[in-house]
Amino acid sequence: MVDTVSPLEPVLNRGRFANTAAQTGVVISEPAPGSIVQLAAWPDTDQKVREAIASVLKLNLDNSPGAGAVSGHRAAFNIAPRRYLLAEEDEGLAERLLSIVPADVGSVTDLSHGRTAIRIDGEKSEWILAKFFAVDFSLARFPVGQGVSTSHHDIFTQIQRRSETTFDLYVFRSFARSFWRSLCHASEETGYEIR
Amino acid sequence: MLISCPHCGPRDVSEFTYQGDGNRVRPDHASTDIGAWNAYVYDRVNIAGEHNEIWQHSGGCRMHLSVTRNTLTHKISSSTPVQAARPTQKAARKSRTKA
Repeated sequence: MVDTVSPLEPVLNRGRFANTAAQTGVVISEPAPGSIVQLAAWPDTDQKVREAIASVLKLNLDNSPGAGAVSGHRAAFNIAPRRYLLAEEDEGLAERLLSIVPADVGSVTDLSHGRTAIRIDGEKSEWILAKFFAVDFSLARFPVGQGVSTSHHDIFTQIQRRSETTFDLYVFRSFARSFWRSLCHASEETGYEIR
Repeated sequence: MLISCPHCGPRDVSEFTYQGDGNRVRPDHASTDIGAWNAYVYDRVNIAGEHNEIWQHSGGCRMHLSVTRNTLTHKISSSTPVQAARPTQKAARKSRTKA
């Protein structure tokens, strides 16, 4: 299998970049999942597709908009009607899904080389993300596991909340380096650490 | 301006793309009525008030929406999936055949 090369390598400078008060409000990192896959259902096969997700990733999703779940290095969330974004640490998720999702049930698209995952964690993560996206990031409206499809300057971003203070952002690979720089600039106010 | 996407909920208008007047009715593909095609392509009602429009949540879930917007106040009074709001070409053809 072709190795996934991170577009962030030239800009991923690990270290602590505190603000003027010597604080770091967020930690930014690249989780680099081995697989990122989009799974789409036909109008009458949504339930079967969610069963396939439960079978392969052991994550149970309901049929509400944005529904998602995370467990360890596995994540899945709804990004549009009958469409789901899945991520896992191991490679080969698309092949495993293809073996149980025939074409009349859904379509599997391997995005492992087409998307880059960026993680932002910390008490100021909601504050930083609110600078980019017109989305309510409060825990009450955006609970753990929930996902959202939105855009930054007309470029798609899909976001999942992993914990009260942690968000994973999935952006186009070709956009990732630019977005990473923007995220670091936006975090200068609170201070940040790159891991 | 906020548009309430049936799937994603209220979102900023910057996530949406306007796709035109929702009042147009496309003539049958086989139609040779030049007047009907001309009206479909060029004629717009230009309403000052409640206007039926087609939008796409292009920066979100990609759903096409049938939106009723007041052109004077920008108030959105309804937003539904376009498939639910408009009969498909196939259904329209079928209903015309029955009639």
